[in-house]
Amino acid sequence: MLFLEALAFIVDPANLLGEKGILPRLVDHLLYTGLSLGVALLIGIPVGLIIGHTGKGKNLVIALTGSFRALPTFGLLLFIILFTGLGLWPLVFVLAVLAIPPIIAGAYSGLDSVNRETIDSARAIGMTEWQILGKVEIPLALPLILGGIRSATLQIIATATIAGYVGLTGLGRFLIEGLAYHDYTIAFAGAILVAALALAADGLLALVQKLVVPPGVSRGSARTTHRSRWNFRPAVSTGTHITGG
Amino acid sequence: MQWLWENRDLVFGLSLEHVRLSVIPIIGGFIACIPLGWLANRFRMTRAIQLTIFGILFTIPSLALFVTLPSVLGTKILNPINVVVALTIYAIAIMVRGAADAFASVPRDVIESANAVGFSSASRFWTVEFPLAGPVLLANLRVVSVTTVSLLSVGALVGNGALGYLFINGYQRDFPTEIMIGIVFTLVIAVVFDQILVLIGRILMPWARRPRRSPRALMVRGAA
Amino acid sequence: MIEFHGVSKRFADGTLAVDDFSLLIPSRKTTVLVGSSGCGKTTLLRMINRMVDPTSGYVDIDGDGIAAMPPVSLRRSIGYVMQNSGLLPHRKVIDNVATVPLLTGVPKKEAHARALELLDTVGLDRSLADRYPSQLSGGQQQRVGVARGLAVNPNILLMDEPFGAVDPIVRADLQHELIRLQRDLDKTVVFVTHDIDEAFLLGDQVVILQVGAHIEQQGAPSDILANPANEFVADFVGSARGKRRLMVDETADSRGDDLVLIDGAGYPAGVVDAPGGVLPGAGSSPKSRSISNKTDQAGDA
Repeated sequence: MLFLEALAFIVDPANLLGEKGILPRLVDHLLYTGLSLGVALLIGIPVGLIIGHTGKGKNLVIALTGSFRALPTFGLLLFIILFTGLGLWPLVFVLAVLAIPPIIAGAYSGLDSVNRETIDSARAIGMTEWQILGKVEIPLALPLILGGIRSATLQIIATATIAGYVGLTGLGRFLIEGLAYHDYTIAFAGAILVAALALAADGLLALVQKLVVPPGVSRGSARTTHRSRWNFRPAVSTGTHITGG
Repeated sequence: MQWLWENRDLVFGLSLEHVRLSVIPIIGGFIACIPLGWLANRFRMTRAIQLTIFGILFTIPSLALFVTLPSVLGTKILNPINVVVALTIYAIAIMVRGAADAFASVPRDVIESANAVGFSSASRFWTVEFPLAGPVLLANLRVVSVTTVSLLSVGALVGNGALGYLFINGYQRDFPTEIMIGIVFTLVIAVVFDQILVLIGRILMPWARRPRRSPRALMVRGAA
Repeated sequence: MIEFHGVSKRFADGTLAVDDFSLLIPSRKTTVLVGSSGCGKTTLLRMINRMVDPTSGYVDIDGDGIAAMPPVSLRRSIGYVMQNSGLLPHRKVIDNVATVPLLTGVPKKEAHARALELLDTVGLDRSLADRYPSQLSGGQQQRVGVARGLAVNPNILLMDEPFGAVDPIVRADLQHELIRLQRDLDKTVVFVTHDIDEAFLLGDQVVILQVGAHIEQQGAPSDILANPANEFVADFVGSARGKRRLMVDETADSRGDDLVLIDGAGYPAGVVDAPGGVLPGAGSSPKSRSISNKTDQAGDA
């Protein structure tokens, strides 16, 4: 059976190391993911925080996230590579571009979810704008901010699978090679590896997301009328990230 | 432009194929989510189970799903069923969570008053809960629609990407125009689908011109 | 002493919230701004700590223009209590109370010790210090809000409908607590409400506002009740009809020295001392004796 053969391929120590081994390709996959995520965070987080804090430009966020969802990432990557040539940085660029909208959206919606009265009162008792951002908005928004990062990460991991199609490696290389040579055992093994990586990353980030929920927010008793405002809807967490790639 | 004219039959055919392959998952996802969403809202346990299962399926990158499904379904790798099934799974995954939220968004007191005037459980579902959950369901369906149309092109790697064929072909021939045309036509289909859904929503739910959820909330759900 | 000099505020959307408003708010007294929603009362309050800057005119505190003061340090020197308390949900009660002292660099230990004292002051048990706001009742949250407002020992305390969201029994509790506090602390309190009963209960000076923050009448509660400046005020404070016009219920069986009072609708409103069944100051014992100060409207039951 294909599944067992694929598992056998994965656990075979002969396939672990070496130029075409699992480990180097996993490392590459993680490298692409890490670099792209880093770039996306550097741009997306500040932009999202600025939009969320000032409330200006939220139409931009809506337009950005809406249109990017419709964009076929696979086509975009191939299109760009025809101009830039093969290489690490075109890939990182495309992956980062794809990851920025969910990161901005997460940061923006996180800040937007913070009760206006809380912010207003923080300002009224004399917090500076930076203190409001750092001591009130970000701590309360952290679960949603991380939700955006989590979506972005999964999208990058999924889309990075195509790297194998454009001359790079990564775990997607098994899939592409398997399909090209009609060796479905290898393709299946690649699929398992990519899926496992995605699930592991998702699980890890879900855990982190749970841990950063501010204590007073999660532990509320049911007595007060305003409690519901602090119940972060979990909708965004495992929500609807797009499995591009 | 000249290329497009010369290959209009190809592009038109691929577009039709694109529409055909993406309509099934969109409709399938919608139909499947109604009983699932109702169940999830009715029994907390099933909600958790559903969300976990579809959450896991949804996390699996599409290419991986395209490749593994044939051995699960017993189909050939180039069979379009694989892509359709994979996209339907994603569609259900998006819809299930959205549907549970949608049914949860029906105000408690509306349900209580429906009970009070003597609706049976089934008639209450179809005449009260389902219509009132409509706007949120529609919002999620729009996300499903756009996502499905966009994801379908990845299927080109397993021989069933409809317009995605133009990406691979254009890449192999080093011809960006072809890729661009593929992207533009994919976007056009996504926009047309979206507008059709909006229109259907307007006709079926005239009371919900202003959605219960702000567009911002929708955006977040879709993106994050 | 807080002075508004010809202050106006036009918001970005064009609404004129405050139109040429002048008022003197005396020190160590409670001044209540009262009016229906949208009359500009909250905008006025927020001008005092520069949460809102006037479009024209200026505000002085003790003779100094606040326009020149940096907003952040001004706000830290003024207590602010709002509806729904505005507490930080992710911080414990004690850290909420100590927020401003901690911001201004007071050592944590000292700030916490002071915060505990403040919990005593506002009538909260110290055992609540380690709870989060969501674990408190609405009334308790408001008390924490008051404690936070007092944390820097400000001369001025601004209160924006602080008791608007709690149930009537808790509200009455909080109102009397505030009266007690004010007796002990002697702050300059500026209090905003739409509830005229609350305004009369708490205010040394009551300012009745109409749309655009136009002052319809200002003065001590008894002055306003006795001599409403116009129809609007009379209507607003309810002296012309309804529950503020009280009279002796002749049908009630009043034994002893109390007479039952009923309001304009005929509902029992209270009792009045009447030794021997005769009201002090009343010459005779007519059929219906109006207790209202307004003699020209006597007897309009």
